[in-house]
Amino acid sequence: MRIWKTVPGWMMVGLMSFALACGGGGGEKGGDAAEPAGGEAAGSADFVTVDPAKAATVTGKIKLNGEAPAMPAINMSAEPDCKGLHQSAPPAEVVVASNGMLQNAFVWVKSGLNGKFQPSTTAVHLDQKGCIYQPHVLAVQVGQPLSITNSDPTTHNVHPLPTTNREWNKSQTGGGAPIDYQFPRQEIMIPVKCNIHPWMRSYVSVVDHPFFAVSSADGSFTIKGLPAGTYTIEAVHEKLGSQETSVTVGDAESKDIELTFSAS
Amino acid sequence: MSRSVTLSRKTLNSLSPQASAEYPASRGLHRFAVFTAASTFCLIVAGALVTSRDAGLSVPDWPLSYGQLMPEMVGGVFYEHGHRMIASFVGFLSIILAVWLWRREKRRWVRNLGWAALGAVIAQGVLGGMTVLLLLPTPVSVAHACLAQLFFSTTAILALVTSRSWNRLDAQSQPRAPETSGPSLPALCVMANCAIFAQLLMGAAFRHKGIGIIPHLIGAMVVVAIVFWLLARVARRYSGVPEIFSWTMALNGLVMMQLVLGAGAYWIREATRDAVQPLWPMVAITVGHVALGALILAVSVVLTFQVRHVFGRRHESFEPQGVPVTT
Ligand SMILES: [Cu+2]
Repeated sequence: MRIWKTVPGWMMVGLMSFALACGGGGGEKGGDAAEPAGGEAAGSADFVTVDPAKAATVTGKIKLNGEAPAMPAINMSAEPDCKGLHQSAPPAEVVVASNGMLQNAFVWVKSGLNGKFQPSTTAVHLDQKGCIYQPHVLAVQVGQPLSITNSDPTTHNVHPLPTTNREWNKSQTGGGAPIDYQFPRQEIMIPVKCNIHPWMRSYVSVVDHPFFAVSSADGSFTIKGLPAGTYTIEAVHEKLGSQETSVTVGDAESKDIELTFSAS
Repeated sequence: MSRSVTLSRKTLNSLSPQASAEYPASRGLHRFAVFTAASTFCLIVAGALVTSRDAGLSVPDWPLSYGQLMPEMVGGVFYEHGHRMIASFVGFLSIILAVWLWRREKRRWVRNLGWAALGAVIAQGVLGGMTVLLLLPTPVSVAHACLAQLFFSTTAILALVTSRSWNRLDAQSQPRAPETSGPSLPALCVMANCAIFAQLLMGAAFRHKGIGIIPHLIGAMVVVAIVFWLLARVARRYSGVPEIFSWTMALNGLVMMQLVLGAGAYWIREATRDAVQPLWPMVAITVGHVALGALILAVSVVLTFQVRHVFGRRHESFEPQGVPVTT
C-alpha cells in the first residue's frame, strides 16, 4: 500500500519532467534567430545577365474549366473595427474567376534556367486594408525586400507559415511602421495569416530567379526577360493545385501559352 | 449497504484515531479547492477555444500582451488574452490553495499535492508562453494540452480529499470483496487512468497536427473496453458502495457522450475544411470534446482515489506490514 502514498510525489515528478522534456524538444524551432540576409553570398560577376535585345517573353492565360464555386461573404460582424471599413461584407478570395479566367494563380518558371539571377532591390508591397491582404497572392525574389504595411485603424499580426524559411509572427499597429523582410530561401505559396482576424490570408511565393507572375483578373500573365531555352512553366493555385506545361523560346521570341485548372 | 452517515466526532474518534487526527478539514478549504477545480475547468475551455479559433498567435508577445497588461480585446486577442487572464487567476488560486493546505492540512501527501498543483500550474504557464514565443511547435502545444489535463485532475483530487465525506469515510473503511480472477479493482482503475491519459495525449497530438487520427480511434476503443470492464466489475460486486458505483456510472456515461462528440468533432472538421474562418458549430463541438476529455480523466482519477480510500485502510490493517496487497 505504500506505493499509493507516493502517488502525489510521482505525479509531481511526472508533470515536471514531462514539461521539461517537451519544452526542451520544442526549443530548436526558435533557435534560428539570425535575420535572413539577401540570399546566398554570390559575387555580382556570377549573376546571369540577359541581353534585353535577345530577351524572350512568355505570356498566357490561366483558365478555369467548370463552374467557379461561389465564394461566401466574409463574416466580419464580430469585429466592428473591420466591418466598419466595408459597405457590405466582401467575398472570400479563395477562388476568383470570371468568364472562365482564373485570377490569383502564381505562375513561374519551375525549371530550365541555369545560373543565378540578381535579386531585385525594388520592394514588393503587401498591404492590410479593410482587414484583407492586398494583394491576395504575390511573389518576391529570394533576397528581394517585401514591405508589409497596415492601412487599417486596427492592429494586425503578420504571421507567415513557411516550411523551409523561418516562421515568424509580428504585430503591426494601424498605420504603424512597415515590416520589411527578405526571405532567404525559395518557397512557393507561403501562407501569411493574421491570427486576430481568422479570415485574413495571403500567399507569398519566394523564387530564386525573377521569372514569375500572378494571373490578373482576366487570367493573363506575362513573364519577361527570359534567356532563350526550354522551360517548365507551372501555375499554382491555393485551392486548385498546380498545372504545368513546357515551352521553348528562342532569342527575342514571344510565346503564348494556356494553363487550365478544373473547378472540381 | 446500511451505514450511518451521522457519526458524531466521538464515534469517529473511537473508530479511527488516525482519521480524527487528520480531521477536521476546513469546510472553507474544501470549498476553495472546489472553486479552484471549477475555475480550472473554465480555463481548459478557454484554452481549447484559443486553439479552435487559431488565436494562439494573435498576441505575439509573452508574458505581456502587446507590451501591456490589458490590450484591446479584438478578434483573436479576445481569446488569447482572455485565456491568459483566466490562467493568471487560476495560478493565483493555486498559490492560495497551496499555502492554505500548507498551513491547515495535516496529511502530508495532501500538502505535497497542493505544492505539486502549484508547480504544475507554473510549468503550464511557462509552456503556454513557449507556445507563443516558439510559434506553436507541436510538442510544446501537446505538452501544454496534456499538462492542463493533469493539473485539472490534481485540483479535482484536492477538492475530493478535503471534502467532509472523504474524511468521514476514513473512519469506516469496509472490506473489499475477494477478487476472483483478473486484475483487481484498483488495477483496473489505474489501467483506465493510463488509457484515458494516453487517449488525451493522442487527441492533442492529432489536434496539433502531430499524428493522424488512427491512434486516437484505437485509443477510444481501448478506453471504452476498460471502462466497460470496470462497470461490469463494479456493478457485480460493489453496486452498494455509492462512492464507487456512482463514479463508475459517471465515468461510463461521460465516455459514451465523448464518443458522440468525438465523432461529431471529426465529421464537422472534415465538412468545414474549406471554410474561410472557424465556424461556431465546429468550435463548439471541438471545445466540448476537449473539455469532456478533461472531465473524464478527472472522474477516472477520482474513482481511483475513492476505490483506494473505501477499501484501503481496512485492508491495510489486515495485511502484514510491507507486503503490497493491491496491484
Ligand atoms: Cu488582422
